[in-house]
Amino acid sequence: MKLDDKLYLVRFNTDKLNHIKILNNDVCLRCETKPCTFICPAHVYDWDEEENRIAVGYEGCLECGTCRVGCPYENIKWEYPRGGFGVSWKNG
Amino acid sequence: MEKFDVIIVGGGPAGLSAAISAARAGMKTVVIERGDFPGTKNVMGGVLYTKATEEIVPEFWKEAPLERPVIEQRYGILSGDELVSATYRDPAWAEPPYNAHTVLRVKFDRWLAEQAVKEGVMIIPETVVEDLLYHNDKVVGVRTGRPEGDLGAEVVILAEGANNFIAQKAGLAPKLTPDRVAVAVKEIIALPQEKIEDRFCLEPGQGATIELFGDSTAGMLGTAFVYTNKDSLSLGLGVMLSQLTASKLTPNDLLERLKAHPYIKRLIQGGETKEYLAHLLPEGGYKAIPKLYRQGVMVVGDTAMFVNGLHREGSNLAMISGKIAGEVAAQAIKSGDTSEQAMSVYATRVSDTFVVQDLYNYRNINGFFENNPHFLKVYPEIVADSMRMFFTADGVPKRERLKQIMNNAFAKRSKGSILKDLFGAWRALK
Repeated sequence: MKLDDKLYLVRFNTDKLNHIKILNNDVCLRCETKPCTFICPAHVYDWDEEENRIAVGYEGCLECGTCRVGCPYENIKWEYPRGGFGVSWKNG
Repeated sequence: MEKFDVIIVGGGPAGLSAAISAARAGMKTVVIERGDFPGTKNVMGGVLYTKATEEIVPEFWKEAPLERPVIEQRYGILSGDELVSATYRDPAWAEPPYNAHTVLRVKFDRWLAEQAVKEGVMIIPETVVEDLLYHNDKVVGVRTGRPEGDLGAEVVILAEGANNFIAQKAGLAPKLTPDRVAVAVKEIIALPQEKIEDRFCLEPGQGATIELFGDSTAGMLGTAFVYTNKDSLSLGLGVMLSQLTASKLTPNDLLERLKAHPYIKRLIQGGETKEYLAHLLPEGGYKAIPKLYRQGVMVVGDTAMFVNGLHREGSNLAMISGKIAGEVAAQAIKSGDTSEQAMSVYATRVSDTFVVQDLYNYRNINGFFENNPHFLKVYPEIVADSMRMFFTADGVPKRERLKQIMNNAFAKRSKGSILKDLFGAWRALK
């Protein structure tokens, strides 16, 4: 089953405010392995070849916090979405 | 600024248990929860242990939304398509006093929060705590994300989960590192009750759990699991983030790989995936336990690293630590002393229980596996080879076969190395 089809099953109350920020795009340019692009269970982070930067799809964030711990340069400012927003599990 | 006796950050098992015990001791208690209600942000495997839960809500099984009592636990090792497993089953576990139940946390946590409300606890949902408020060195409340959202308290209990934002800000916990957390993903796969009971050999209503090591996580330090719910299976896995990062695999790759394994495939066949979930597990063990208190603050549950991964215990450690913190808070407030020394009673008391003692017991285990990655790669192979050879009836005399089994093992790992591994494992567990 494709990840996109799985994420389609998740209930979100999407905030218009982005709760994730890449602190410095230059750091990503120097980052060889770019772990955020594969360790995130929701594939929120994607390397944008044209723009030469990490594209962040915060709307699909499952709020596990893996990216914040896993970025080798502590270059991801990941915070909780505002109260009441974000993922809302159906089963947990 | 509205004032409370006890403010609890986070409405999971740890926070709600703390709230219930503080409220029972007469404290004006509030739980601040960022979800719509307690449960909507919460994930675990999930096995709920009876003994710890009963200490919070006696005879909870009569009312709580539980899935199935666990009567069978299977531990297995995957090696390629092969499976070697050991099972313990006792139908007595289907009756009180039980040992454990499977649960779905959205339902269960909501129910537990209702029990807290019955005890007089106030719950403020849809609210993120951003920081603690201080007067000199003493914590005097919390700042929330709401306008004019400061709330005062004599004692704050941090039950914010694995992502320990506030504990870090308060200087209690260091930054999380990839070798101290595991990434876990899970699917809820709907199946008719009858199918579940047939496939797992269960009487109606009974439940089973399976934990799988070895190839189940592509040889990474971690476990995969299958738990039976009423009309669904919880299928998931967790791996240490440090190893996932090195593997270049995605959590969903691992999950799909697991689902394609011949043994798992048959268990979930015909099931419909209803939800895909992700969660961070604090797996740092004893050595990563943060400072558990300071003036006016205590740290409980996942935030305190109270997870025993080897035994897949977490909710019970959370509830017991929460209960003790709630009691210590009440005692301190009643005696008018919420100093650092008064809070230290919590650390002493929790250290006298299985919560800290079990983690201490396994304090070397994570380091051992990190430093001996072959353990989860070579040994599953050796075990599966040995069992295959043992059970193959092909005319080879048994004495000869036993020799072959030993030779095969020593070819994959030398005698000396195996001895060293055994000694190392024994020392890590001692």
